[in-house]
Amino acid sequence: MAEIARRMSALEGRAYEGPGIALTPDPPASRLSLRAPEASLSALSKALGLTLPDKPKTAAADGSRAALWLGPDEWLVIDEECADLAALCASVSALHSAVDISHRNTAILVTGERAEDVLGAGCPQDLSPTRFPVGAASRTVFGKAEIVLWRIGEEAFRIECWRSFSDYVFSLLEKAAREA
Amino acid sequence: MTQPFRLPTAGRLDAAGTVSFTFDGKAHAGLAGDTLASALLANGVHLVGRSFKYHRPRGILSAGAEEPNALVGIHRDPARKTPNVRATVQELYDGLAAVSQNRWPSLAFDVGALNDLGAPFFSAGFYYKTFMWPRAAWERLYEPVIRRAAGLGTAPDQPDPDRYSNRFAHCDVLVVGGGAAGLAAALAASEAGARVILADEQAEPGGSLRFEDGAFIDGKPGWEWAQQTAAQLAARDNVRLLTRTTGFGYYAQNMLGLVECLTDHLAAPDPEAPRERLWQVRAKRVVLATGAIERHMVFPDNDRPGIMLASAARAYLNHFGVAVGRRVAVYTADDSAYAAAIDLKEKGVEIAALVDLRPAPQGAHVDEARALGIEVLAGHAVTGTEGRLRVHRVNVAPVNGGAPRRIEADALVTSSGWTPAVHLFSQSRGKLAFNEATQRFLPGQYVQDAVSVGAGNGTTGLGEAIAEALQAGGKAAKEAGVSKARAKVPNLEAGSTERWSSGMAGAAPGAEAGRKAMAFVDFQNDVTAKDIRQAVQEGMRSIEHVKRFTTTGMATDQGKTSNLHALTIASEMLGKPIPEVGLTTFRPPYTPVTFGALVGHGRGALFEPTRRTPIHAWAEAHGAVFEDVGQWKRAWYFPSGGEDMHAAVARECRTVRQSAGIFDASTLGKIEVVGPDAARFMELMYTNPWQKLAVGRCRYGIMLREDGFIYDDGVVGRLAEDRFHVTTTTGGAPRVLHHMEDYLQTEFPDLKVWLTSTSEQWATIAVQGPKSRDIVAPLVEGIDLSDEAMPHMSVREGRVCGVPARLFRISFTGERGFEINVPADYGLSVWEAVWAEGGKHGACAYGTETMHVLRAEKGFIIVGQDTDGTVTPDDAGLAWAIGRKKTDFVGIRGLKRPDLTAPGRRQLVGLKTFDPKTVLEEGAQIVADPNQPVPMKMIGFVTSSYWSENCGRSIALALVENGSHRMGERLHVPMEDGAIEVEVVPTVFFDEKGERTNG
Repeated sequence: MAEIARRMSALEGRAYEGPGIALTPDPPASRLSLRAPEASLSALSKALGLTLPDKPKTAAADGSRAALWLGPDEWLVIDEECADLAALCASVSALHSAVDISHRNTAILVTGERAEDVLGAGCPQDLSPTRFPVGAASRTVFGKAEIVLWRIGEEAFRIECWRSFSDYVFSLLEKAAREA
Repeated sequence: MTQPFRLPTAGRLDAAGTVSFTFDGKAHAGLAGDTLASALLANGVHLVGRSFKYHRPRGILSAGAEEPNALVGIHRDPARKTPNVRATVQELYDGLAAVSQNRWPSLAFDVGALNDLGAPFFSAGFYYKTFMWPRAAWERLYEPVIRRAAGLGTAPDQPDPDRYSNRFAHCDVLVVGGGAAGLAAALAASEAGARVILADEQAEPGGSLRFEDGAFIDGKPGWEWAQQTAAQLAARDNVRLLTRTTGFGYYAQNMLGLVECLTDHLAAPDPEAPRERLWQVRAKRVVLATGAIERHMVFPDNDRPGIMLASAARAYLNHFGVAVGRRVAVYTADDSAYAAAIDLKEKGVEIAALVDLRPAPQGAHVDEARALGIEVLAGHAVTGTEGRLRVHRVNVAPVNGGAPRRIEADALVTSSGWTPAVHLFSQSRGKLAFNEATQRFLPGQYVQDAVSVGAGNGTTGLGEAIAEALQAGGKAAKEAGVSKARAKVPNLEAGSTERWSSGMAGAAPGAEAGRKAMAFVDFQNDVTAKDIRQAVQEGMRSIEHVKRFTTTGMATDQGKTSNLHALTIASEMLGKPIPEVGLTTFRPPYTPVTFGALVGHGRGALFEPTRRTPIHAWAEAHGAVFEDVGQWKRAWYFPSGGEDMHAAVARECRTVRQSAGIFDASTLGKIEVVGPDAARFMELMYTNPWQKLAVGRCRYGIMLREDGFIYDDGVVGRLAEDRFHVTTTTGGAPRVLHHMEDYLQTEFPDLKVWLTSTSEQWATIAVQGPKSRDIVAPLVEGIDLSDEAMPHMSVREGRVCGVPARLFRISFTGERGFEINVPADYGLSVWEAVWAEGGKHGACAYGTETMHVLRAEKGFIIVGQDTDGTVTPDDAGLAWAIGRKKTDFVGIRGLKRPDLTAPGRRQLVGLKTFDPKTVLEEGAQIVADPNQPVPMKMIGFVTSSYWSENCGRSIALALVENGSHRMGERLHVPMEDGAIEVEVVPTVFFDEKGERTNG
């Protein structure tokens, strides 16, 4: 039998740190694209161990797991400890669609007092703490790439983007970060 | 390097901060804080350029952004040569090198000035009338000559090495303009707790307080208050103060474009630092505090160097400490020029005379001027000026007749009044209203959430302007929803000895109708009062036509000093009031904006995302040549041992059919269709039947548009009753998902099904060829690969190299084939394992070119290559893929249109050239008879054409009228060197019986 395949992330070896800003690719996580009608939410919430949020621009987090509201019937569920999220949902008989996208997305952490400023180089959303407080999440754009942006701290954001866009997203972030 | 016109007792610059610069190669000294214009004037240099059309010597008209004349080139290094920089806004730095423009061989002696002697020929509409005939002369004679003569400055000839930046920003209140009113508005808005952005184009805010030395605010001199207030604002957490930042565009929904200049004022900018930053600001409320722009007087020969705006002379004196002359004459039709005369006189500059067009000017200014001993010539006009490269004499005459006088002067400062800078207001689509009493356009009806304050709103007194701005700033904060109740509107006592008025517009005596005088309205485009009149005489009625006929207001300054003059002259000629003649449209940008600023980060690698597969690095290391497919980089072919493309592709094609080939198909679009109604949805989106497709089986699907034409295709695997793994073409991935989502949401919202893009979840490795099973087998766990257990067109889930995989038994080559899908992060590692196994069987890696050839050998179409949006399944020979019993799918009615069912449509066929070595050109047209007269009747075209190593000859696919009924017919492909004879054949060139999929 062949040896087990090695995992290689799209941003292997990339990182940037400058005054007031750090860009760090996040380690592998498991992810689920979850689609479901309202009637299924309680069953799915129970299976996932967190309450799926139902308000725009919000997220629910519990431990290593979080669910980001992306649309009226759509969530991005992330587990940083790589739990098998699809398996958790498989036991739910209530109507839903759960698709594993653990490898489709890759995450970049943008941290530091300049995080908001650096994201402003490509994201047209208002990211000030009053409009985009800690815990806020939104599908948006960064330059020419679609991203999901999640504020995980006063000065910390998590960007989720598709694997092949991560080089572009990271490079644009770094360009903006170097401008200080 | 003395600065003979720098006055030790005037200005705010530090005399110790000496800076050296050159102008046309001559070294000069200036002071830190100077603009290029103020430094030139300190050295007595007034002649800085030649005019656009007549090449007349020109000097410095203004001290700000409105400058039409003093345009120079700034040459930092060979790659950084910026043309048409306004000397009045370019901050001086040590080593600055400026060059004059539009002159040859030198600024003082310019051959082009002959145009000035020929001025009668170059009047309005000259280009339109002169270069009409003969027609043939246009291309060879007129256009090259005009192109050489046209334009100011020289464009840089190297790529721009500078960096540019972009920021999106949001605020409650955006204040544009940091003069007294803007500062006050920002103060009030930020006091109320609003998030405020204040943008000012100058290095130091203060606006006209720069020269208004009679202003007092809050008990302090105006300028001092401005600097303290700016510092106070900058220190507030809720305020972003942007200096050197011009608000240039006002767009929909309170989106404004600002450009911040970051390095153009520095002697040695950090090469990492951006030169400019574009701010795209979304503001809840906008306060426009854009001020007013002084107009010149329109009189004969009003363009000589040394003739400038009165406010500019005051700015040079009061801020920069520079006297614009030793003996200065003043010409005015309003009060504000008196202050210039008084300031100059008080600093020891001789005032030759103050010529006032008004018969009996009165007021404190007039009295003060007279008291200082200034000769006020009321009811007089300047009828002309003299001096070749600089004014040295001013001719004056009483308006109502009387003896003329010739007055010696080395500078003439003029003012005909102030035009509110309503550019941004107008860009916001606000309606301007003409104020009869003051004869000026003012903001009227607003259509966006904005308010104008201060001089830009026609509020002339400093005290009134500040009161208005404070009130507006507080109100804007409140309207923006800032809840802080403490909103105490600051109270600022302000006053000034200044009074700005609207003055007069249009031509002054000496430049009336019938006079031949060169009385310039628009300096930059060399438009005179006479030109405007001529335009009206020749039938132009609308100001828009007058503008285009004369080009008035169409230069880079957009007529900031000239538009009202032109309008007034046109309205006099037409005998209609100004509002009826109308005002030309204000368009962004307010001042010129570099392309770099607009492009921002989007250059080079960041111009567009470059998408690479997980296996890209391996392909690169193995010498792949890549091709662009949409945003993707795909391995095109893998040359080895010095092979050219032809040799590499021939080898790859041979190897796949002899043993096996490995291909990175990761870019294929993938969509997971999940839900109890998944099969019903698939039935609606594809022509094929899906309900009865067994779990674990695959089907080639065709998707149509509503009109019945092929939109996309791909293999679909059924993973479960309620789950399909759909593949799309690489280029079609995003639009197919949108197409499906669009129908799901608008046409079939009752279906319980969801779509998720999984294109990037999976790395896809195709292993094709007779040895493919032998290569894959050792890596696979939990899947029986026998033909019985896993026949062609099936899909299994299991493990490959120990990781979860979806294994497809499918073939785009006609060979036995597998496509291994593994989670993307494992793609490279699994590829390497497959490669190692492949090595044992003589397999090769192949690229997209070989993929194309192999599928063409089998007659498999590529959507977008063999189809062009007008091809039906039947045309493509794919009628079998339409579920005949189906009653509905997208495109079913389109397929029934008479044109789509008519016989003789273009149908996909194979072509064989009679000479097997001849490879047709893709796109080449096909005719039945090559000897027919031109234009020939084209009956089709070649869609795919290759050298087929496996067939030992060229092969081609083509769309040909009635093609399926032409088998064996001889057709012709006319090319430049003769027609190529071809035979119509079936589309399958290799393994016609299709036995190799199990081979």
